[in-house]
Amino acid sequence: MTLLLTNAILIDPEAGTETRGALRIAEGVITEVIPDEGGSARQMIRAREVIDCGGLHLAPGIVDIGVKVCEPGERHKESFRTAGAAAAAGGVTTMVTRPDTKPAIDNPETLEFVARRAREIAPVRVLPMAALTKGRAGREMVEIGFLKDAGAVAFTDCDHVVTDTKVLSRALTYARSLGVLVIGHPQEPGLSEGASVTSGKFASLRGLPAVSPMAERLGLERDLAIVEMTGAIYHADNLSTAAALPALERAKAAGLNVTAGVNIHHLTLNELDVGDYRTFFKVKPPLRSETDRTAMVEAVASGLIDIISSMHTPQDEESKRLPFEQAASGAVALETLLPAALRLWHAGALDMATLFRALSLNPSRRLGLGTGRLVSGAPADLVLFDPHAPYVMDRSNLRSKSKNTPFDEQRMQGKVRMTFVAGRMVFGAGQEAAA
Amino acid sequence: MFAHRHLLGIEGLARSDIEAILDLAEIYADLNRRPDKHADALKGLTQINMFFEASTRTQASFELAGKRLGADVMNMSVAQSSVKKGETLIDTALTLNAMHPDLLVIRHPSSGAAHLLAQKVNCAVLNAGDGRHEHPTQALLDALTIRRAKGTLHRLNVAICGDIAHSRVARSNILLLGRMENRVRLVGPPTLMPARAAELGVEVYDDMAEGLDGVDVVMMLRLQKERMDGGFIPSEREYFHRYGLDAEKLAYAKPDAIVMHPGPMNRGVEIDGTIADDINRSVIQEQVEMGVAVRMAAMDLLARNLREARAGA
Repeated sequence: MTLLLTNAILIDPEAGTETRGALRIAEGVITEVIPDEGGSARQMIRAREVIDCGGLHLAPGIVDIGVKVCEPGERHKESFRTAGAAAAAGGVTTMVTRPDTKPAIDNPETLEFVARRAREIAPVRVLPMAALTKGRAGREMVEIGFLKDAGAVAFTDCDHVVTDTKVLSRALTYARSLGVLVIGHPQEPGLSEGASVTSGKFASLRGLPAVSPMAERLGLERDLAIVEMTGAIYHADNLSTAAALPALERAKAAGLNVTAGVNIHHLTLNELDVGDYRTFFKVKPPLRSETDRTAMVEAVASGLIDIISSMHTPQDEESKRLPFEQAASGAVALETLLPAALRLWHAGALDMATLFRALSLNPSRRLGLGTGRLVSGAPADLVLFDPHAPYVMDRSNLRSKSKNTPFDEQRMQGKVRMTFVAGRMVFGAGQEAAA
Repeated sequence: MFAHRHLLGIEGLARSDIEAILDLAEIYADLNRRPDKHADALKGLTQINMFFEASTRTQASFELAGKRLGADVMNMSVAQSSVKKGETLIDTALTLNAMHPDLLVIRHPSSGAAHLLAQKVNCAVLNAGDGRHEHPTQALLDALTIRRAKGTLHRLNVAICGDIAHSRVARSNILLLGRMENRVRLVGPPTLMPARAAELGVEVYDDMAEGLDGVDVVMMLRLQKERMDGGFIPSEREYFHRYGLDAEKLAYAKPDAIVMHPGPMNRGVEIDGTIADDINRSVIQEQVEMGVAVRMAAMDLLARNLREARAGA
């Protein structure tokens, strides 16, 4: 049983190339990459099923680190069913889920519950992360060994910073002995507490409590010092400011096992988008200045920032329909990740291979998954998309249960046409109508 | 002319809007000094004052302004009502909206609350102070007071002194005075100055002698009690010593400079009592008087637009 995808522009982030060609898929893996299929009719005949990609772009499926599915605890905001459908429609073939649920995923039993729910319901791959400390409270480390055995692919307290440096250094030391990845959202919580925007002229005019971008650098420098001390495997996620980048550069140059991530909103939006207190633009960390945004885009282009994620955070209408300071933070992004990222491609800031290096290859590598590549033997997790298809975003059409997207009513360019997980189509032909 | 549905802040107002309100307020200021203080600009309309924060003078001022123009005025002190039971601002607003108010006056501790409300109700919303954001009628009454005292509202040097960072009065005044082409100085300790204050089109000083040098207007701000101890400034007495307005510091200003304060005052903290009571320098009582007139004018103009919109609909 083989499937042949012909007439596509193949994006290979590993080789850094975009070439015309076809892919042969069998038993869930890519079995052959056929560059420029002109005159390859002989090979086509051998396939059971042939899909003509119509000259569209075919890339390795997105591996999205840091998706919040609100199970357990807040299924009214997002479930594995709705998040899975959103992921498939967004070209996300692997969701790496966050443990900042209610209660936090901090023990093997809860993790197994999540893994089972995901297996039963979600059409895409789901890899759960676990909290680093119990209840994400920053006092005692979780059962890292048991959780690893239960399938936790990384450990993170998400937006809760482990303020006690002794607790953090011990957790990192223990994690290193098990060879597991720890993810931090660097921040100096003393400075950022209560802040809902970035300090500057805009924050001053709006009269909103604000945090200096320097709080991120302080948090990152601290974390990197502890990584240097413990030898831990560390991913600094959700970076957003230019001020933090030199520290990251130094740590990488010094050979620490460190990678870094940015979420799509900090690459495509800035603080001014908040306008007259629009709470759908309230994210954590807050949107930054345009200077910071462009610095983050350049850092992705240069490879200093390794991974782009959606930081998908569903919030219901009630928690967003409040005065800005009280409103919940976060935005849904599984379905908008790729079209938003394509803005950077349309703007000429990133080429396709670089984009998918950050969306697919690097996160996959960091987690040791083997996906994210278009080579023979790699899992056939793929996204076929038309980067030019224009539309106006209508949030009511999102598959996520929560509709809190900052891109509502905005012009977007780029639509996913088909998504494959292990060679099986999980989105495509006819399903687009809903989008 | 004044073509706005709501009065949410000074930010959206053009110079002509500001002048329209002030000119009409002059007429109401005269009316307010007559034995019969009644007009009927708001006759038949319902005005609801929603105060989510304790306030005596602003609420009284809006209430009186509405009553003098013939509106049915209702006061909701929401600070001690259903909000305590978990009802959100929007729920409260929708409940009130169902009672068909025409003018909704809101004060709320969160910046942006008035904007949020304006999106959800179909009447005119007046911002009576939202968090640290804006307090437009205060800036307008200050402007009217300055214009009457100085004979002009252009090319004056105005020093706004004290806790700028937490002050909605300061923000609205910075915007209004800037739009009317005055030179605005902010004077205060750097811990009470907003980030990048200089980008707001003002001059920033942390020394009263320099900041007050040659100014026409000295506008003092209230320092909240909870900010006095250690967090932002070392102590109340050091603050009064360095930033409190007394005769010595006022001497740096022009000899005919006026002294303003939005109230309520902390005598002996940001202002010396004798300065506040000096009828030759202080216009603090006049500010209160102009407050009623400015609020009458603002509500009158919004009501005209409301009636026009409804007639057209």
